[in-house]
Amino acid sequence: MTVSTESRLLPEPNEDSQPYWDALKSHRLDLQTCADCGTVRHYPRPVCAACHSMAVTWTTASGHGTVHSWTISHQAFHPAFKDCLPLILVTVELDEGVRMNCRLDGVSPDEIETGLAVEVAFEDVSEDLTLPYCKLRDGGDRT
Amino acid sequence: MVSRIKLFGYHWRRMDTLKDKCCVTGIGETAYTRSSGKSPTALQMEASLAAIADAGLSPRDIDGVIPFSTGSAVAEDFVTNFGIEDLRYSVTAPMGGASCVAAIQSAAAAIAAGIANHVLLPMGRNGYSGPRAAARVAAFPQFRIVAEFEMPYGAVAPVQLYAPMARRHMTLYGTTSRQFAEIAVTTRRHAILHGNSIMTKPISIEDHQESRMISDPLRLFDCSLESDGGAAVVISGAERARDMRQRPIYIMGAAEGHPDSPSAITQRPDLTTLGLAKAAPRAFGMADVGPSDIDVAEIYDCFTYTVLCQIEDLGFCAKGEGGAFVEDGALGLDGRLPTNTHGGLLSQSHMAGMNHIVELARQLRGGAGSTQVPDAEVGLVTGYGDMGDGSIAIMRR
Repeated sequence: MTVSTESRLLPEPNEDSQPYWDALKSHRLDLQTCADCGTVRHYPRPVCAACHSMAVTWTTASGHGTVHSWTISHQAFHPAFKDCLPLILVTVELDEGVRMNCRLDGVSPDEIETGLAVEVAFEDVSEDLTLPYCKLRDGGDRT
Repeated sequence: MVSRIKLFGYHWRRMDTLKDKCCVTGIGETAYTRSSGKSPTALQMEASLAAIADAGLSPRDIDGVIPFSTGSAVAEDFVTNFGIEDLRYSVTAPMGGASCVAAIQSAAAAIAAGIANHVLLPMGRNGYSGPRAAARVAAFPQFRIVAEFEMPYGAVAPVQLYAPMARRHMTLYGTTSRQFAEIAVTTRRHAILHGNSIMTKPISIEDHQESRMISDPLRLFDCSLESDGGAAVVISGAERARDMRQRPIYIMGAAEGHPDSPSAITQRPDLTTLGLAKAAPRAFGMADVGPSDIDVAEIYDCFTYTVLCQIEDLGFCAKGEGGAFVEDGALGLDGRLPTNTHGGLLSQSHMAGMNHIVELARQLRGGAGSTQVPDAEVGLVTGYGDMGDGSIAIMRR
């Protein structure tokens, strides 16, 4: 995967999401967890929709999940991704019960199916930014 | 008046407050092109002047305006250009492609409350010759979450964000790309009949199947156009409308609806249900009609799949049955649900659905010419925007 770093779309973290991005730099996928009722939520935001508490803790996710849906892009809509086509983007259902959207690497398009077991890996884009992506769980198990 | 009705298996609090209180009294459009040579503000003014003239009003009669939420023209531009002495009402309905139809609810509420008499809904842009959709959306506030957490991985354009919804529908219900093609082919036929359309060449299901894959499962012919042009409507109180130039088109019901997890499709419990599923029962309840009463439907069609999903969310069929519903020309002028009779965003022009409102009024006036659905008395128009926001208006002649 050769994504151009100069022109890529960089996330703009804020006070709510900074711990998430900081954890990624340490190769951890941390999820916001309500300090009052324990509900896990993603993407990061200030209020727990279950109990309306603003008290937050962070828990490190297993990084394990399954493919819930996906798309395979054959057109790059930003110059940073023109050398990444076809680009496989998966909606992943994490074992913690929340979902995330990210790139799936190391799989051919015709291998993708709902329920495919994946795990989160980490790409150090720069000293200041690590992005999560997905690969087949345990690096194999293709059927 | 508030009462309770049972619809789609649920009991709904029925709000009659806006029923038949307002009418669409004027409609206007510019030519639809890929190179307007005009400013976006000029396109909006041109369409607005056409709509106001159609209503038999002077531009100075407009006392409310709901500018398109991400458009270049603001309320002040209309005051300045039209010489309006006392603009009394301006809001925006920032719901992306659901904005134009959501604005109908807002306009009707303002008129029914006595705040304004004639509310203008303008839209216009250089969507082809100016900035393209993928470049525009990252700046929308409604895209902030996906801009931070999804766009850095390459999910930049709406087609990439929406394709997983279509894929999920195919996985759960066996929906096929050929069923998406049915929508594209029928809509193209309508665009050609209409005349003021960007796309002028017929397509077949095979053409659709051979069109290049953009973001699987969505092909080029599943995607709407990017267009230059303008469209506008005027909404007025029903009592005034009866003495105005055109046959009044009554707004029987209107509603907006926001899906679960409206900031990120990824987190939505059911990827195949949109905000429209919440809005539609309220609008039908207000209008006191049901899906079987609808003679013509103008359904927001940023993508073919979006039409299929909304047909289900509107209650024309059960969830999962949309694929079968659209087969065999069902959406054609002589089909069971004549849909997007002007060619829609897929083949006429992408005016964020303002052209859908214009077309519904034309149909119900009986002035749709070669695309006229015979004896169309009751119809609906929907909007879809951002991460699945929905809006609907049900109208009658």
